[in-house]
Amino acid sequence: MKMEMGERRKERLDRGIKVRTEGIYAISSWEEMNYLLVPRLALILGMFALPLVMPAYWQRVISYVCIYALLTLGFDFLAHFVGLVSLGGALFVGVGGYLAAILNTSFGLPVVLTIPIATIAGAIICTLLLLPALRLRGVYFAIVTLMYPLVLLRIIEALNILGGTEGILGVASFPNKWVEQYLIIGIVIFSLFGLRRLVNQDIGLVFRGVKDNDQAVRASGLSITIYKSIAVFIASGLGCLGGAYLAHVYMWAGISQFALDFSILPIAATVIGGGGTLVGPVLGCFMLVPISELLRSVGTLRIAFYAIILTVFIVFRSEGIMVYAQRKYHQFERWVKV
Amino acid sequence: MDILIYGTINSFSLALMAIGFTLVYGISRLPNFAHGAIYVITGFLVWSFVNLLGLHYLLGILLSLVIAGLVGAAIYQFILIRVRGMATSEIIASYAIGLAILEALRWKGFKGMTYTLPPFIEGSVEIFGVPVDLQRVIMVGIGAVVVAFLWLFTHYNKIGLALRGMAQDERAAMMLGIDSDMMALIAMAFGSILAGLAAIAILPLGNIVVEAGYRVLILAIAVCIVGGLGSWFGAVLAAFIIGFAQIITDAYIASHFRMVVALLAIIITLILRPSGLFGRQKELEERV
Repeated sequence: MKMEMGERRKERLDRGIKVRTEGIYAISSWEEMNYLLVPRLALILGMFALPLVMPAYWQRVISYVCIYALLTLGFDFLAHFVGLVSLGGALFVGVGGYLAAILNTSFGLPVVLTIPIATIAGAIICTLLLLPALRLRGVYFAIVTLMYPLVLLRIIEALNILGGTEGILGVASFPNKWVEQYLIIGIVIFSLFGLRRLVNQDIGLVFRGVKDNDQAVRASGLSITIYKSIAVFIASGLGCLGGAYLAHVYMWAGISQFALDFSILPIAATVIGGGGTLVGPVLGCFMLVPISELLRSVGTLRIAFYAIILTVFIVFRSEGIMVYAQRKYHQFERWVKV
Repeated sequence: MDILIYGTINSFSLALMAIGFTLVYGISRLPNFAHGAIYVITGFLVWSFVNLLGLHYLLGILLSLVIAGLVGAAIYQFILIRVRGMATSEIIASYAIGLAILEALRWKGFKGMTYTLPPFIEGSVEIFGVPVDLQRVIMVGIGAVVVAFLWLFTHYNKIGLALRGMAQDERAAMMLGIDSDMMALIAMAFGSILAGLAAIAILPLGNIVVEAGYRVLILAIAVCIVGGLGSWFGAVLAAFIIGFAQIITDAYIASHFRMVVALLAIIITLILRPSGLFGRQKELEERV
């Protein structure tokens, strides 16, 4: 019996249709086209249908999910395509949120202007703040990103600047909930497909080079620091966009935007959803954020809860849901005799 | 004179916080982001042993240190060992463990002013005309003993020498028959005991709060980066630099800026001398 077990192994092969759809044959028949289109359309239409089918209370949650999805996309992009682990998503959210709130309340700019300005300016600020850590390999980036939100929170509290512990009140909101929800859903879908495209361009290749073999990138005459800055700019831009959006949804910007939730939930969503797929982390957000809303009553225990899920997944199931699903979709498995 | 004495005291407390972190990182290249959590958990353990179980203070301390060591060993043996060598997973896993411990403690209601450890000996002495309470003197003593003990241990003991071998070149150490997982386990247990020792020495000076976990982690990391990650002598020296810088800002600017000093120290180090004061042997590895 034991011997028989040793003589078999599982073999995985790509499905014929997967191979066909990689080239021009993708448009040879409806079957191939559906093979490509159905998963993508299911995601897009599913997201657009959400505001219509959700009950009233959960409508609010859609915006939160999308804001977290933006952060998570940034995290996944940095961690799995550039090799930078950011432990401080809260930095991006906080900077974006405060910028939008200041622009709105002090300078009286409307929402259409505050969000783009906060996104770009916030991304520039975050990139400059993180620049010293970008010249180095190893754990420095993780450490510096971990520190910034905690220290900035302390500074705001201690100096009582930017509204102190009260935060900045009276930020303008969106005209109505449909604009609020559909705009952010559109942004998430655009960022998702945009990033997927980006990582397959030449620059994406360089990013992966930075992650896997930075000396080779240097040998090609490219500056690693510049490419890392570009990547951090993109990721922090996504985070700041989320933060600015959050400030307008809450109609408030305060120190809770530097809270740990924004740092840990995107990491958990990425690990559960499947790192390196970009889609998986977004789906991870759709699973985790509602759970986190349900757990709101238990206070900080929910952070402990994510942390435990995260540890279990990263140690025992590090591939995540999406990688698993993609494997089942693209490949078939069979037992073969060795 | 105030600055000199309180600077020294502050420096020793920083050195105590940092030495466990730098030990683990130096030996097994694992950034132990759960360091602060172990620090806090030891404080709460001592408090619970003394106040809930009514044990003798000294016994409570010893038990807590043993438990801290076991927790560290367990974290390595059951979790970190599986992700060893995968930098991303190492960071995320250890950070998640630390968060889980800290936030679970916070949820259990361990916060506020109610949790304090008694000082070892009440009273104060005057040193060069500056009154210093005895607990601070004892803390400096513990710090000095720990540093001295570590130096002796790593230079005149077989396990200590093996640890140093691992720190210098893991593969070569393995070829010479040093069990690298065992050594990393020992390092992790040692690092956790040192975190616990720091908690026991420092916590009687104030309250036990969950936030201390994050603060200790950040300070420990700041000290280690300034000193050069993994360099023990560098860490001690950096503790003095940051310690005095903090006390000087306290005296001349405002005490809110203590954490900012730590952050600035990291940033300046990364800009000017990325491998830290004494991180020379690792320089080629980390600098891009």
